[in-house]
Amino acid sequence: MSTRLSKGGRLIDRTAPQEFTFNGKRLRGYRGDTLAAALLANDQMLVGRSFKYHRPRGIVASGAEEPNALVNMGEGGRFEPNQRTTTTELFDGLTCTSQNHWPSLEFDVGVVNNYAARFLPAGFYYKTFIHPRFAWKHVFEPVVRQSAGLGKVPKERDADRYEQAYAFCDILVVGGGIAGLQAALTAGRAGKRVWLVEQTAHWGGRAVVDGAEIDGQPAEAWVKSALQALEGMANVTIRSRCMAAGSYDHGYVLCDEKVADHTPGDGRPRHRLWRLRAGQIIAATGAIERPLSFAGNDIPGVMLASAVRDYVINWAVAPGDRTVVVTNNDDAYRTAIALKEAGLEVPVILDARASVTGDLPARARAMGIRVEAGRAIAKVKGGKRVTGVAICAQAGQGAVLEEIACDAVAMSGGWSPVVHLWSHCGGKLKWDDAQAQFTPDKARPPLNHDGSALVQTAGCASGVLATAEVLADATEAAGGGAVPAANGPAEAALEPIWVMPQGAPVQLRMKMWLDYQNDVKVSDVQLAAREGYTSVEHTKRYTTLGMATDQGKLSNINGLAVLADSLSSPIPQVGTTTFRPPYTPVTIGALAGEARGEIFQPLRRSPMHDWHLAQNAYMEPVGLWQRPYCYPRPGETHEQAVHREVRNTRSNVGLLDASTLGKIIVKGPDAGRFLDMLYTNVMSNLAIGKCRYGLMCNEQGFLSDDGVVARIDEDTWLCHTTSGGSDRIHAWMEDWLQCEWWDWQVYTANVTEQFAQIAVVGPNARKVLEKLGGMDVSKEALPFMTWADGVLGGFRVRAYRISFSGELSYEIAVPASEGRAFWDALVAVGAEFGMMPYGTEGLHVLRAEKGFIMIGDETDGTVIPQDLNLGWAISKKKDDYLGKRGQERPYLASPDRWKLVGLETLDGSVIQDGAYAPAPGFNANGQRNTQGRVTSTYFSPTLNKGIAMGLVKGGLSRLGEVIEMTKLDGTTQQVRIVDPVFYDKEGEKQNV
Amino acid sequence: MSEVANIPVVSALGGASFDGFARVREIGPLGMITLRAKPEVKGLSAAIKAVTGTAMPKQRRIEVKGEKAAGWMSPDEYLLVLPYTDVKAALATLAEKLADQHHLAVDVSDARAVFRIEGDRASEVLSKLAPADLAALEKGELRRTRIAQVAGAFWQDETGFTVVCFRSVAGYVMGALSHSAQPGSELF
Repeated sequence: MSTRLSKGGRLIDRTAPQEFTFNGKRLRGYRGDTLAAALLANDQMLVGRSFKYHRPRGIVASGAEEPNALVNMGEGGRFEPNQRTTTTELFDGLTCTSQNHWPSLEFDVGVVNNYAARFLPAGFYYKTFIHPRFAWKHVFEPVVRQSAGLGKVPKERDADRYEQAYAFCDILVVGGGIAGLQAALTAGRAGKRVWLVEQTAHWGGRAVVDGAEIDGQPAEAWVKSALQALEGMANVTIRSRCMAAGSYDHGYVLCDEKVADHTPGDGRPRHRLWRLRAGQIIAATGAIERPLSFAGNDIPGVMLASAVRDYVINWAVAPGDRTVVVTNNDDAYRTAIALKEAGLEVPVILDARASVTGDLPARARAMGIRVEAGRAIAKVKGGKRVTGVAICAQAGQGAVLEEIACDAVAMSGGWSPVVHLWSHCGGKLKWDDAQAQFTPDKARPPLNHDGSALVQTAGCASGVLATAEVLADATEAAGGGAVPAANGPAEAALEPIWVMPQGAPVQLRMKMWLDYQNDVKVSDVQLAAREGYTSVEHTKRYTTLGMATDQGKLSNINGLAVLADSLSSPIPQVGTTTFRPPYTPVTIGALAGEARGEIFQPLRRSPMHDWHLAQNAYMEPVGLWQRPYCYPRPGETHEQAVHREVRNTRSNVGLLDASTLGKIIVKGPDAGRFLDMLYTNVMSNLAIGKCRYGLMCNEQGFLSDDGVVARIDEDTWLCHTTSGGSDRIHAWMEDWLQCEWWDWQVYTANVTEQFAQIAVVGPNARKVLEKLGGMDVSKEALPFMTWADGVLGGFRVRAYRISFSGELSYEIAVPASEGRAFWDALVAVGAEFGMMPYGTEGLHVLRAEKGFIMIGDETDGTVIPQDLNLGWAISKKKDDYLGKRGQERPYLASPDRWKLVGLETLDGSVIQDGAYAPAPGFNANGQRNTQGRVTSTYFSPTLNKGIAMGLVKGGLSRLGEVIEMTKLDGTTQQVRIVDPVFYDKEGEKQNV
Repeated sequence: MSEVANIPVVSALGGASFDGFARVREIGPLGMITLRAKPEVKGLSAAIKAVTGTAMPKQRRIEVKGEKAAGWMSPDEYLLVLPYTDVKAALATLAEKLADQHHLAVDVSDARAVFRIEGDRASEVLSKLAPADLAALEKGELRRTRIAQVAGAFWQDETGFTVVCFRSVAGYVMGALSHSAQPGSELF
């Protein structure tokens, strides 16, 4: 059983007990524990179930590589699944539950999959669920989804807040072990701007546990003084609990700082995502120990040897009373020695190597520990926890020589450098035969823009393991300098062991786990190889090896070595799968940062925004703008409100917030010439004081934007654009001016937000303005399609006589900071004339009744002005304009194009949005032929019937014809092709 | 009323403020003119001096003198800052001084919102929103960048930063600055 030792534990504070619950069970730990350490201290060996077979799973590791011990953390707004207990700091009141079990952790029905394991080999789903086709969707997928999945999905809104921050440095050192500290010291002393980040809450890495000696003092003391030195340097920033998730081009690195994971609810942001830009990255990310592949290596109580001594030394937790050590290298002897020193039993060290020399084995033997060379584990005995091991010869097929009772197994298959940050941007690896590991090929680093190395590795991440070499490598990576002296025991070479025992039969191989979380075994990889999978990337996807939340930190090298062996290829030829960010999962909240709630997205607000809200306006997004859709009164539906607003505008007067319309000043000696190129019609000859409607096309000839242009003075024009188009059209203008016509003398300025623009629309519009008093707004002084500057009600205004409704209409611009006051003034004087505000939907209905097109309704990027019968707005006199050549292409010039018509149902009902007009026959894809579609469709309160516009083959030449239009229920209805101008065809009402 | 009345001028947020680990407040309205002209234009330097009393700013710089300033926005664009009520006269001065030169001067005072971030940790507020190396920000540097998801610009003086953005997104920027200045979220 696992238990807390009475003495020791360098990271725990025994005076600060912490209570927590696991599956509702109340347990106790100490401040400084990880959740995993605290669970083990309470003999909670079984912590979860595996993904596919629901096998019992215990804690394997002590850090970020842990594949098994994931829990649902927290409750309510702080619930989060898949939290790694080995990296979760314990706090008082922590609650967690185990995952992937049903109905309970101790008794799980899914475990029948385990007994059926031979029927669930690699590629099982692919092979089984192909036929019959319909069954996947209706039978297999729902069942698979029920039984699969790790944690639960959070159901409540996240109670915490998150943020991001930008930082810059010359050198970013990732990893707070002795290599990282030494690299940071070296760079810091050289005066560089240095950042040093460490993913855990503690500094020193493995060296402080493994007992290295540096500069004549224990590693722990050296780490402490190094840290103090770094804290004293103004040019060095150090962050613990800060995980470098990925490296990207140009020295960009994302680091996830877990600010308040261990102090939930203290008001600080839970995570902070640092977006670092580093001149150079030093990955001092250490190495991860590999498991050994023997039968039953997944039974709770089988752990990495390094993790076993971490628990003993860091947290005073003994994973077992009697621990068998199994290894292919000298390093694991440190675990045996640490256990023995803590007063625990080590019945035997099984060393797969035929001969065992080296300082550490000598020490172990001297302590009286039995060491067996050339031996292996044939099988681990036990179910939910280890009860013993069966021993065999490594060279044989697993014939049991002896059985030894034990309650824990510490395994070590060698070490793999953490090369993730090196590899993210393309750093290459080479195979080191002596240490059986992929190490960074320093001749082929990921490259910066100038060809220099973007990332360097330092220490164990470079593939060096001895303390003296680690410090020398780190110093060199940081630019060179004094290297502290260090010494440690001489270690003999390891022997690569990929399967234990070497000749294990299939019965054993199908119990040898490679990927604990996704349940991939040695036999699965071998099966994939037999079935023709030769690429490691394909094998990964076929078997799901390394595809779980731990991304194969423990399994990848063992898996590809087994694959290489099955293919009789050398390991470097098989290669690794691709390393991709993040190094460990980053919570979505950190990626979203501050972008949630009120500031999820920038909302653009007009100067009258608050008034709209106070009037209970129903707002809709138009681009990023918030605009009133309608102003429903108590008891009114939105539809009723729109109808009222339209009728009132036609009969009395309406008020529209048109501030969002784009307004771009274009000025210069060549401004007229420029606008003649931009618009399809002529703008250069527009008289000062006059307005003209214009269309803009892209180079292909498709209609892109429209609006009214006003001539301000001799060399100044003001171009109105659509609300969503102002930034895009301004950029479009600058693009042409800066890149193509750079010698034309034209300047532009986007003054959209400088003005509040208010449309006063309807038969009483003039009376309202006259009541305000000021400038002459009569037909004679300010005729249709003109503008004038003046004063209205004491406000400096620019009044445009333009109409998008067909009514007498003024659009009045005032400085934005006076917009609300002017609006209030209009509302006050307008009451006696029946004035009401109207929203965007009313605006749409009013324009549709007049047959005016709307960019985005009648256009969709494939429509040219000619399709919309706007040939009158295309100059025949001009040599050129943007889009002219495009429109001459045969497909766009074809008489068969769909053209704008008005549409009406025969019974006055409204045609459904998006309806198509079917044509006889079917096309080559077996789809119904079509001959047109609806582009805008509304109920017209003015005409008391449905009206619509659409694009129909033949266009207005088919006036009066009746065609079919589809309905959502699958039937069709008859509609008549009519003139698109439904109301006041002569335009008398707007010209009064 | 045919006479121009004394209309109260309101900034986008009416002077909203937030006290966190740094103080954030909306100021303004501030007079602002976008002046577009190539730097070699004859009389440009004198015209700018006449309006702001400052020298012509060099690339990425802002010249500040009291309440007035002239900033470099792009190779052919300057930002002139001055009291709100001085804008009309300033535009007339520019029109006169640059009468024969191709240029564009336009009032953008109402198109902008302006914020101050003040306090010892003011730079930490901006560090969370702008991808700019604030430690490398020089005195008198005008930094055009973004504030979270929108365009923005700022410069620094002894007591803090002046941040400029578009008026319509003033609420968003205030929200982002306040979020970033929350007590307990100090960076260093």
